Amino acid sequence: MNTPLLSVDHLVKRYGDTTVVNDLSFHIQPGECLGVIGPNGAGKTTSLRMCLGLSEPDSGSIAYFGGQQMPQDALAIKAQLGVVAQMDTLDPDFTAEENLLVFGRYFGLPDATIRERIPKLLEFAALSHKAKAKPGELSGGMKRRLSLARALINQPRLLMLDEPTTGLDPQARHLMWERLQLLLQQGKSILLTTHFMDEAERLCSRLLVLDQGRKIAEGTPRDLIAQHLEPEVVEVFGQGAVALAQEASLKALAQRIEVSGETVFFYTHDSRSLLGALQAWPALRTLHRPSNLEDLFLKLTGRQIREEG
Amino acid sequence: MSQIQNNIWAAPRLSMRWWPVFQRNWLVWKKLAIPSLVGNIAEPLMWLVAFGYGLGSLVGQIELGGEKVPYILFLASGSICMSAMNAATFEALYSAFSRMHVQKTWDGIMNAPVRLDDVVLAEMLWAAFKSLFTVTAILGVMLALGISHSWKLLVAWPVLLGVGITFSCMALIFNALAKGYDFFTYYFTLFLTPMMFLSGIFFPRDQLPPIVRAIADWLPLSVAVDLVRPLFMDRWPDQALRHVLVLAVFAVVAFWIALALTRKRFRS
Repeated sequence: MNTPLLSVDHLVKRYGDTTVVNDLSFHIQPGECLGVIGPNGAGKTTSLRMCLGLSEPDSGSIAYFGGQQMPQDALAIKAQLGVVAQMDTLDPDFTAEENLLVFGRYFGLPDATIRERIPKLLEFAALSHKAKAKPGELSGGMKRRLSLARALINQPRLLMLDEPTTGLDPQARHLMWERLQLLLQQGKSILLTTHFMDEAERLCSRLLVLDQGRKIAEGTPRDLIAQHLEPEVVEVFGQGAVALAQEASLKALAQRIEVSGETVFFYTHDSRSLLGALQAWPALRTLHRPSNLEDLFLKLTGRQIREEG
Repeated sequence: MSQIQNNIWAAPRLSMRWWPVFQRNWLVWKKLAIPSLVGNIAEPLMWLVAFGYGLGSLVGQIELGGEKVPYILFLASGSICMSAMNAATFEALYSAFSRMHVQKTWDGIMNAPVRLDDVVLAEMLWAAFKSLFTVTAILGVMLALGISHSWKLLVAWPVLLGVGITFSCMALIFNALAKGYDFFTYYFTLFLTPMMFLSGIFFPRDQLPPIVRAIADWLPLSVAVDLVRPLFMDRWPDQALRHVLVLAVFAVVAFWIALALTRKRFRS
């Protein structure tokens, strides 16, 4: 096994009496894309901030590249990290090119080296035609891609992305995914937090599910689904659908039944007999599909809304 | 070492990484230099003309240390210190706050290997540099108006850079404490405006009641005026070393407090 790029051990962070990160351990191997998912307030951003040395853990250790410690060796570690924060911090007064130049200087890179990298990075971000445009003239997706290009200016060994596609429209999101997949193919390693299960499923080789500061599951997306869920789901909705959850004949055909709002979810290993039985309610609408990460996420973290930051 | 000190009062940890941050501000400013310079020098010059020539014709000459000087010279030598103070203060309050809080430029910078201490140092030096730029332009106009032609003005120039440094350090304290731009009004109305009237810019400090005068003598702006005004009159300042030390103490102490409060702001 290779030396992990990042290993986090028994990380704890408290704010007053609240423990926001509780005994969190994980690691990232070279070439991996690790996704951190969890509801609002699960501790994703706090964990990431600690990994970036912006917040001091109460206990636990964060080691990079086989020995450098955060926060003691923050500057040496940062020299090899690429970070895309949740909120864009692009300089509004600079063009796309200048944004890359100025950011490269923070790493102590000579101007000649940075200028050589800029055209390639803009091309990678599909922004070559916007080299002279300021962030205010760019769309949301373009800004995110410029932030990604900026994070690559120092040719980092590990990328840390905090919700890289939040707020983007589907086209912009797909283009972002494409670029991230390209980076993974080139052998880059990525840690990303996300709210989107399709994003996690598409990009991540391994997932970490956090809830209330704790790690509640870890594994590849397929393994996690196989481990925690029945393979098929039949959703039933329409007038009177909720009552079906109490129907003894149907209950026998599903391993697990969940009700959310006006919809009943039947989780099953084999849906054929269940779908047959549902013919008796022709007025109701059904949706038959394989179970996915979203189901897993909701099973593990519950369906209640988390509205605190 | 860590980018943000855990003990907020720990000694500043400074390195040359402040330079790319300073360069960044310089690059932005270059794009807006002309309008910004016009704004920065137009107002002080209006004061100078209105009060210097207008009020000066009523006041005539002012007696200063046994020497009679024209009011315009008296006012010019004081108001240039005020310009250094104002230019540094505006930059270290409004502009630094925009970068720190509104645009989150500092957060972006700290995703690169740059320590918060170096960012604060860069902002401090940048504000001082910008104030020196304003001061230089105003000095040029004063020379053109023939207010003073002393070659000792060459010494006034670095002194005014020191004044810029002191006031940018002080302003950064309030930058670190601010929740929004409105907060800065307190600093102006409670500190800078009274100081402007107590520091002997518009009238000599010996007009003040003795007890007020005793305090006013130690204000950083008074000290700046005591250093700069004699140079305009082609004389060397009395007790120059003491004055320079007072400015330096204000600068160092203010920078340390500003740094501690900024670390506290960024620590979470």
